[in-house]
Amino acid sequence: MAFAGFMFYIFAAICVACGVMVVTSRNAVHSVLFLILAFFNAAGLFVLIGAEFLAMILVVVYVGAVAVLFLFVVMMLNVNFTELRRGAKNYVYVGATLGGILFLELAIVATSWTLGPQMSAITLGPVVGAVSNTRSIGQVIYTDYVYLFQGASLILLVAMVGAIVLTLRQRAGVKKQVIADQVSRSSKDELIIVKVDSGSGI
Amino acid sequence: MFDTSAFAPALPEIALATSVLALMMVGVFSDPKKALGRVSFLAVLVLVGTAALVVITGTDYRVGFGGLFIVDSFAVYMKILVLIAALCGLVMSDGYIRREGMARFEYPILLCFATLGMLMMISANDLMSLYIGLELQSLSLYVVAAFQRDQLRSTEAGLKYFVLGALSSGLLLYGCSLIYGFAGTTNFVALAHEMATMESAPTGLIVGLVFLSAGLAFKISAVPFHMWTPDVYEGSPTSVTAFFAVAPKIAAMSLILRVMLGPFGDLIAEWQQIIWFISVASMILGAFAAIAQTNIKRLMAYSSIGHVGYALMGLAAGTEDGAGSVMLYLAIYLVMNIGTFAVILSMKIKDRMVENISDLAGLSKTRPGMALALMLFMFSMAGIPPLAGFFGKFFVFSAAIDAGLIYLAIIGAVTSVVSAFYYLRIIKVMYFDEADETLDAMEGKAMKGILLVSSLAILVFILLPQTLAGYAATAAASLFAG
Repeated sequence: MAFAGFMFYIFAAICVACGVMVVTSRNAVHSVLFLILAFFNAAGLFVLIGAEFLAMILVVVYVGAVAVLFLFVVMMLNVNFTELRRGAKNYVYVGATLGGILFLELAIVATSWTLGPQMSAITLGPVVGAVSNTRSIGQVIYTDYVYLFQGASLILLVAMVGAIVLTLRQRAGVKKQVIADQVSRSSKDELIIVKVDSGSGI
Repeated sequence: MFDTSAFAPALPEIALATSVLALMMVGVFSDPKKALGRVSFLAVLVLVGTAALVVITGTDYRVGFGGLFIVDSFAVYMKILVLIAALCGLVMSDGYIRREGMARFEYPILLCFATLGMLMMISANDLMSLYIGLELQSLSLYVVAAFQRDQLRSTEAGLKYFVLGALSSGLLLYGCSLIYGFAGTTNFVALAHEMATMESAPTGLIVGLVFLSAGLAFKISAVPFHMWTPDVYEGSPTSVTAFFAVAPKIAAMSLILRVMLGPFGDLIAEWQQIIWFISVASMILGAFAAIAQTNIKRLMAYSSIGHVGYALMGLAAGTEDGAGSVMLYLAIYLVMNIGTFAVILSMKIKDRMVENISDLAGLSKTRPGMALALMLFMFSMAGIPPLAGFFGKFFVFSAAIDAGLIYLAIIGAVTSVVSAFYYLRIIKVMYFDEADETLDAMEGKAMKGILLVSSLAILVFILLPQTLAGYAATAAASLFAG
């Protein structure tokens, strides 16, 4: 338990530090890299509370897809971030006020909130028996909720079809690589061997 | 070992989904020039087949997928309306998309996906399946709105629809999460049980219900969530507007009927005033804002907002008669709109599409058939007896009066007189103004067929109002059975 507590503070501290660095670092690429580190630490926090599936999804989706997408955007589009950040100091007081209000609300909730007596039983044992939560999600998603699962997959298919329909353009006169043609070429069709007498030229 | 009873109720949807996937393969592997024709033809067959399956599998009350999916006679009635609307929308757009350079095979496929989403919405028996169906429908529609991707108007319409649609989905989901938090379930049957047993509804639940109805009101473009409608209707390609005006409205309307009367039927005191307000606001805005319009697509947008207001009047009654009258209204609305859009889609001068009301001038002399049909639809929309539109309004008004909503019915009658002004103006332009240029003749047997059938349906409805009203009443009864 002490070890878990120790790890919690390490993950949480790095996570918060990364959050600060995302906002303050001068180089946008560094910001994104700090963001990725923050995601990893958040995943660590999920593992500590026994939600390994969420941790996995966080790494796969946010680190694997979203963060890489950010990185692409930052590196490919030449956005001048220092320009964007100019004048941010003017908003410090407004931001600090809003942050202060949020913090106060959190403090009120944290001090006055009490769990119902029957809640402790529910929160402690969300997983029945020895089934890990990845397995228990898998057990319902392909059985009880297969209709929703298939419906969601159709939605993603429509999104894909839509993206292709709206953006793909076939340009005329584009030379495409045809691997089969390249492979099926042989030296006999392309090379002519000419015997040239020495001194006479071609 | 493999129990099919969980899947059997969704047989039409499963068939539609797998056929659309197969159609995509057909489209991808066909010769690019032939792909659209082939896929459109097959898509029509698929939709007809789905409708046949919906009818064959019957109207018995069945629940599938562990309570996520429901089939009853209400669902079957609405699904048939949606499938007819989708089918006509698909057939009518064929000529248009070829002329306007949108001839890509993804068009019928996206319409089929949208239709699938609508069927899923109609059969939703849980807040989660409601959302999945709604998103499948909306996402496909955002894409087809922007389908004319080289035209600024079309892409703008698509983007606008997308951003506002995402906002409304957010509202809806927030409402769903509040309802789940305070009721402890997302299933409609369990929610209905919960509402019936709790002594007073918690405030959080009411707030959730308000957000949910705001999200749904956005989808049916009821005032005050209507802002997107005129711009999207005007900007989208006309064939897409024809689709938007009917099928998604019917699907979203059936959602709102099922949600309000099913799980929240016992909270009628809480939601009746919301529906009352949006009904009145929609009728008034639909009547007055349309007067100044010169573009016929914008006019149809405001007209559809007004019609949604009338349909909601039946829901505000909250009775079985009220629900039946809404369903009858939607069926008549479907026929009138399909007919009108068949004319709008044929409005072109020398192969160039036109969409101003003034372009219709002198239509009675140049194209008397088209003018006669459009006159019928306009009279019907204005609610002139003996045409079908009159009966639609008559049934919702009488349902509202029976439920004691006298003021609502009076406002409805007044706004319907006001709206008659702009419907009659179109007739005046067609019959009494001089033509500058002659509209081209209507093209395509399918288009003429749709126009003929819908005008006949409007005309002969008076002979058999009880038949369709009877179907609607049976279907409405199934909403109250649970």
